[in-house]
Amino acid sequence: MSNTSKTVTLNMGPQHPSTHGVLRVILELDGETVVKAEPVLGYLHTGIEKTMESKLYYKVLPCTDRMDYLAPMSNNLGFCLAVEKLMEIDIPDKVQWVRVCLAELTRINSHLVWLGTHALDLGAMSMLLYTFRDRESIMDMYEAVGGQRMMTTYIRIGGLAMDIPKDFEKDIRNVIKVINNGLNDYETLLTNNEIFINRTKGVGVLTADEAINLSLSGPMLRGSGIKHDLRKANPYSSYEKFDFEVPVGENGDAYDRYLIRVEEIRQSIRIMEQTLDGMPEGPYRAHVPGIVMPPKEDVLYKMESMIFHFKLITEGFKAPVGSVYQGIESGKGEMGFFISGDGTNKPHRVRVRPPSFINLAALPKMCEGNMFSDVVCAIGSIDIVLGEVDR
Amino acid sequence: MGIEEKIPDSIILTSLDKMVNWAHKRSMWPLGFGLACCAIEMISTFGPHFDVARFGMEVMRPSPRQADLMIVAGRVSHKMAPVVRTLYEQMPNPKWVISMGACASCGGVFNNYAIVQGVDRIIPVDVYIPGCPPRPEQLLDGILTLFKQVEKESIKDDHPEWGRKLV
Amino acid sequence: MMEDKLREFFNNNFKDAVIKEDKFRGDISYYLKPESIYDVCEAIQADASLDVKFLSDITSLDWLNHVEEKDGRFEVVYNLYSISSTYRFFLKVRLDGENPTVKSIVDLWDSANWMEREVFDMMGINFEGHPNLTKILTADELDGHPLRKDFPLTWEQPKFTWNLDDPPEVIK
Repeated sequence: MSNTSKTVTLNMGPQHPSTHGVLRVILELDGETVVKAEPVLGYLHTGIEKTMESKLYYKVLPCTDRMDYLAPMSNNLGFCLAVEKLMEIDIPDKVQWVRVCLAELTRINSHLVWLGTHALDLGAMSMLLYTFRDRESIMDMYEAVGGQRMMTTYIRIGGLAMDIPKDFEKDIRNVIKVINNGLNDYETLLTNNEIFINRTKGVGVLTADEAINLSLSGPMLRGSGIKHDLRKANPYSSYEKFDFEVPVGENGDAYDRYLIRVEEIRQSIRIMEQTLDGMPEGPYRAHVPGIVMPPKEDVLYKMESMIFHFKLITEGFKAPVGSVYQGIESGKGEMGFFISGDGTNKPHRVRVRPPSFINLAALPKMCEGNMFSDVVCAIGSIDIVLGEVDR
Repeated sequence: MGIEEKIPDSIILTSLDKMVNWAHKRSMWPLGFGLACCAIEMISTFGPHFDVARFGMEVMRPSPRQADLMIVAGRVSHKMAPVVRTLYEQMPNPKWVISMGACASCGGVFNNYAIVQGVDRIIPVDVYIPGCPPRPEQLLDGILTLFKQVEKESIKDDHPEWGRKLV
Repeated sequence: MMEDKLREFFNNNFKDAVIKEDKFRGDISYYLKPESIYDVCEAIQADASLDVKFLSDITSLDWLNHVEEKDGRFEVVYNLYSISSTYRFFLKVRLDGENPTVKSIVDLWDSANWMEREVFDMMGINFEGHPNLTKILTADELDGHPLRKDFPLTWEQPKFTWNLDDPPEVIK
């Protein structure tokens, strides 16, 4: 900063409490107005895409959890759907319904963490405590199905890791009750809160054309008034069988995005209830010898299953030459997996279409020309996870 | 504290040590510093369910100048490593470091070009916590283990890793 | 329906630019000549009947030491999407191994800015006309482009070795 220049350069991050991780933004300020905002990425670059190329298809799966660590099951689902498309595997009904149920649970998980941290950034400290209180019930549910609190790797290629627990339905209904109660608390605290409205209304505005030109997806795109949701547009994993609304905003500001995410939690609850009401019976894994791992019970007692299990663990399966893309609607937006097979047992290339990375590119447009104190709100309203931005 | 520089070696400070360690232990303020997945579990630990406030450390300090404990929660990339080191150096003495999770301790599943294979290559670590990510109970256990270590310390101890020699 | 429209569009306007059309698992991809990608994208964006306004993703592949290398080592994939007709298709260009260069499409889509920077950083493909083609993800000190097949996974440039007795060598 020199005395002769008119603007001041301010560094924000990578260690900053409200950049949601290790994002760094270089701001150029003219008084209180932001002239230029330049995000600097890569502080959490993990080389996940390169690591995936060196692993068998099955062993790639744990890497996907660790990208968007707030929505591990969505990542699992996206990757599994892409591999299933590449290998042309048909999935049993029950698996699809359980996957939908868990993907929606994951969306709630992702939105709850976003709600807590975003409100914390804007000064509503108690929101973080409430959302993390209710998130614990989701974590317990994860533990019940997958045995781990966060990185479950429960959704596997061709099915699920194991059958759903006996009390699955009861537990999920309990979670729904907890979330429903919590949601009323959050809305009471925030939706009509004057401070919250003043901090978020008219902040980070993006018009519909800008949103499309910036390739935004998820609540960011819908906040700008475009009704597009991959669950409706290109249904995957039998989403077409469920009845839900896609909330759309009008102004494209941070407040609209908040309303959309809260409404999405309600719609997710609706979908989860529908999956529970009509859960079909059936196997928890597709029967495709040589590609899909046989169920563990069979491995212990049946000769063929044990051989297939051994062969799959040691050499995996060979994928054809060709590339597929499968996009899913995760909590942050369009999470896509572009998998290219090269005839061997390892993926030739796994490209993740990271929704937060592409949404984050809108940050300069949202900040420039606006007040300095709104930068934090703009970053918060994008809902980034740095693990996925940097991969 | 400064006092230790003036005390000759022959003096044994049992009660003073006890009191200082008690104070260190009961008001250890962590740096609010999250990197990756483990940071979410760290926030959970600081949240209402696991409530780390029971151990006198509910205040997360956003500034390293006010922090005593650094919890390295998550994988450290080569780009982040100088920042982690700078943050460590900015913390006032005495200071402690917990390496949380497999990635911070040894690189975890990411043995590749981007990740530092263990944060102990850049800063000294007092307690390692395994897990990917560790459960909040594990983090609590790690913190209590650190407290046990702090109990054994003396203000006359040598701490070359803090950047200056005492006594 | 959208598939026919697209075929018609390419037949009418860019008959020479298309090398081949490929359908794999239901997704259509068009292999184009590298020099034509900007014009094709511009025409697609401007065409009202197609209504393809959404650039979903740009990514790249490296076919080193594979049969596919005969058409060019690198492959850049443009993932385009039409929101109104919910249709997705791919444009692909093949580039040779020596100095792979393709024209940037930042003028058409703002989002291409970071996507192209990432492809440049990870795969080392130059985008002509990009306003700020610099590293975006990898560390500044890192030489090379990690996603290339000849870049070793565990490459390490030893920097942080203050407490190791014998610092590691560069692993190749």
